[in-house]
Amino acid sequence: MSHPKHTDYNGDKLGMWLFLFTELLLFGGLFILYAVYLARYPKEFSAGGHQLNLVLGTINTVILLTSSLLAAMAVTAVQRGQQRLTMGLLGGTVLCAAGFMLIKYLEWSAKIQHGIFPNSPRLIQGAPGESIFFSLYYLSTGIHGLHVLIGAGLLGWVALKVRSGAIHSHDYVLLENSALYWHLVDLIWIFIFPLYYLML
Amino acid sequence: MTTAPPDNFWNDTGRTGISSWIFSTDHKRIGLLYFYSVLTFFLVGVALGLLLRIELMAPGRTIMGPQTYNALFTVHGVVMIFLFILPGFPGAFGNLVMPIQIGARDVAFPRLNLFSWWLYLAGAVIILVSLFTGGGAPDTGWTFYVPFSTRTGTNVSLAVVGVFILGFSAILTGVNFVTTIHRLRAEGMTWTRLPLFTWSLYATAWVQILATPILAITLVLIFSERVLGTGLFDPSRGGDPIMFQHLFWIYSHPAVYIMILPAMGIISDIIPVFSRKPIFGYKMIAFSSLAIAAAGSLVWGHHMFTSGMSDNAVLVFSFLTFIVAIPSAIKVFNWVSTLYKGSISLEAPMLFALSFILLFSIGGLTGLILGAAATDVHVHDTHFVVGHFHYVMFGGTGFAFFAAMHYWLPKFYGRTYSQRGAIVAWALMFVGFNVLYFSMKVLGMKGMPRRYYDYLPEFTTLNLVSTIGSWILAIGLLIMLMNLFRGLFRGTPFTGNPWGGATLEWSIPTPPPTENFIEEPVVTHGPYDFTGTGRP
Amino acid sequence: MPSDTTAGHIASYGKLTAVWLCLLILTGLTVLITRMDLGGYKVVGALTIACTKAGLVIAFFMHMRYEGRLLRGLLFLALITLALYMGLTFVDVLYRGLP
Repeated sequence: MSHPKHTDYNGDKLGMWLFLFTELLLFGGLFILYAVYLARYPKEFSAGGHQLNLVLGTINTVILLTSSLLAAMAVTAVQRGQQRLTMGLLGGTVLCAAGFMLIKYLEWSAKIQHGIFPNSPRLIQGAPGESIFFSLYYLSTGIHGLHVLIGAGLLGWVALKVRSGAIHSHDYVLLENSALYWHLVDLIWIFIFPLYYLML
Repeated sequence: MTTAPPDNFWNDTGRTGISSWIFSTDHKRIGLLYFYSVLTFFLVGVALGLLLRIELMAPGRTIMGPQTYNALFTVHGVVMIFLFILPGFPGAFGNLVMPIQIGARDVAFPRLNLFSWWLYLAGAVIILVSLFTGGGAPDTGWTFYVPFSTRTGTNVSLAVVGVFILGFSAILTGVNFVTTIHRLRAEGMTWTRLPLFTWSLYATAWVQILATPILAITLVLIFSERVLGTGLFDPSRGGDPIMFQHLFWIYSHPAVYIMILPAMGIISDIIPVFSRKPIFGYKMIAFSSLAIAAAGSLVWGHHMFTSGMSDNAVLVFSFLTFIVAIPSAIKVFNWVSTLYKGSISLEAPMLFALSFILLFSIGGLTGLILGAAATDVHVHDTHFVVGHFHYVMFGGTGFAFFAAMHYWLPKFYGRTYSQRGAIVAWALMFVGFNVLYFSMKVLGMKGMPRRYYDYLPEFTTLNLVSTIGSWILAIGLLIMLMNLFRGLFRGTPFTGNPWGGATLEWSIPTPPPTENFIEEPVVTHGPYDFTGTGRP
Repeated sequence: MPSDTTAGHIASYGKLTAVWLCLLILTGLTVLITRMDLGGYKVVGALTIACTKAGLVIAFFMHMRYEGRLLRGLLFLALITLALYMGLTFVDVLYRGLP
C-alpha cells in the first residue's frame, strides 16, 4: 500500500516558484512602506542613507552575486554528475553566506555603537523620518539576513545529501530548488542595495 | 466502521491509534484532521458568540464588564476567522475531495500537507496560550489596529506570532493546491472539465499565495513595534498608522474571498446535482471565481473610508468595490438559472445550498451599502457591519460548510444521517440566523455602534430579539451536529451514488480506497453531465 | 496529466560566468552613476539597473529562460500583483494632504 516515490520534476519546481512568490510579496510589503515613507521624508531618508557604509554594502553585493554564481554552477555540476565539484561549489556558497553575515554583523554593530538602532535615544530625538529610515533598514536587512541563514542551512544540508549520494544527476530537484531559494535571497539584496545604500 | 469493505482508507495501514492519523500523509485523513480541528474551534467561537449576545441582551452590565467583553469579541473574531473559516474549506473539504475530483491519488506534496496541519495546530495552541499568559487575552479586535495594538498591555505579541504561523500554514496549503491542480489532473481532466469546487479552490489558493505574505509582514511589524519599538506606525516618530490599515487590509480583504470562494464552489457543485440539470454557464462560473479573486484583491481600501485616507482613494476603492459585485452576481444568476425547470429534490445539502443563495445575496447587497462611500460613513463601525459580515461569512460560508458536511461526509463514512432530523435542524438554524443578524442590521441603521458592551435604552428590544435568535440558532446547530454524527457513526449504510453526482468522487467505492481510484481514471465527460448517474 | 519528458536544462559554466561578469559590471555602474549629481534620475538609474540585474539572475541563474510559458506567466502575475498593491496604496498616500 505504500505510495510509489513521487517524482514530478516540473511539479516540484512549480511548487518552489510559488513559494518564492510568497517570499517576494513578503519583502514587497516592506518595499511598499519604504516607497511611501521615501515619498514623505526624502531629506531624512537621504541623510540616513549617507550614514550607511557604501564600501561594506558593495562588498556584500559582490559576495552575494558570487555566491549566486556558485549555486547556479552547483546545479550544472550535479546535472553533469560531478559529485565532488557539486559539493565544493555548495561549500563555496555557504562560505560566501558566512562572509556576508560577518560583514553584516560588523555593519550593524558599528551602527549600534553610534547609537543608531530602533528606539535608541538618538533616533527618538532626531528627525521623525530618520528613525523611520533606520527602522526600515534594520527590518529589511534583518529579515533578509534571516533568509541568508535559512538558505545557507538549506544548502549545507543539500551538500550532505550530495555526499551521501541521495542527490545525483538523475534526482537533483532538491538541489535545484534550494538554489532557487538562494537566488531569491540574492534578488532581494539586488533591490535592498540601491534602495538603502546608493540612490538616496 | 465495521460494515465498510476491507480496502478503504479507514483501515489501510495496519496501524491503528492516533499516530496513524496525526502522522498520516493521506489527504483524506488530513482532511478529517482539519475537519475536526476547525469544527472544534467553530464550537468554541459559537460559545463565545453566545456569551457576547447574552451580555448585549440588556443595557448595562449583564454578565461581564467592558474589558472581558473586549477580550471576548477579539477572541471570538480571531478564533472564527483564523482558526475556523480561513482554513475550514481548503483544509477540510479541499483536502478530502479535491484530489479525488481531479482524479489524483493525493496532493502534489503529501508531507507538506501534513506539515500544514501541524503548523495550523501549533498556531492554534500559541493563540490559546496567549489568552492566559502575559497581560491576558488580546482586546484589540481581530484586526489588531495600531496604535492600540502596539500599546495595550494584553498579550498581543504572542497572539500575532500564532496568527503568523497560521498564515504560513495557509501559504503552504495554497502552494500545494495550485501545484496539485496544475500537475496531477487525470487523463482527460481538462480545465473545462474541472468541477467548480476545484475551480474555486484554485482561485482561493492563488489568493492565499499572493495575499497572505502581506499579512505575515504586517504581523512581523506589529511584533517589532511592540518588542523593538521600531515606530513605523507611530505618528510621534513620523510613522503613519493608516499604513498599517493598508497593509492589514491588502491581506484581509482578499482573505474574505479565501473564505467565500470555496463556499461558492460547493454551492455550484450541489445545486446541479439536486436539480438534476447541468450547471448553467459553467465557464462563466469558473471565470467569475478568478475574476472575484482578482478584483477582490484590489478593493481593500473600502474598509478605510473613515480612516483619514485621501478622498481620491475613497473614490477609487469605492468604484472598484462595485466591480466585485459583477462576478458575484454572475454566480447567483447562474445558480438560479440552473434551478429553473430543474427537477429539484429538497434534501439537507440542497436546503443549506438554497439558503446560502438567499443569505449570501442579502449579505452581498448590504455590502454594497458599505462599499458606497457616502452611506458607509453613516453605518461604519455599527452593528450594520456586524450583521453584514455575518450574513456573508456565516450565512454564506457557514451554511455552505454545513451543506458540504451533509453532502460529502457520508461518502467518507459510508453511513448517513436522518434527513428529517437534518431538515428540522436546518429550519431552526435558518430562522434563528435571520432573527439574530437581521436585528443587528436594523440596530446598526439606527446607530448602535459595534464593539461596546453597553448601549442606549432605545436599542433594548431589538437586542433582546437578536439574543433570542442566537439561542434558536444554537439549538438548531446542536440538533444538526447530533443528527449528523449519530448518522455518520451509527446511521444507515451509504453506498454507491445516492445523490446522483457526476463528479469523480461519486464514481469510486464508499468509503474511498486508500489510493482513491482502483485503476487510473480516464475522464470522458464533464462534471455536470448526469447521463447514466440516475438515482436508484 | 502533463507529460514529464523535459529534463532540466544544463547551463554551461562559461555562460554562467559571463552572466556573473555582467552582474559585476552593472554593480560597478550603479555605484558610479549614483555618485554623480543626477538628482531624481539617480533613483531611476539605480532601479533600472537593479531590475536588469534581477532579470539576468532570474533568466540565467534561475533558468527561467528555459522554462515553459506557465512559470513565466505566473511570475508576471506575482509581480503585477505587487505593483498593484503599491500603486493603489499610492492613490491614497500621494493625495493625503498630510505634512
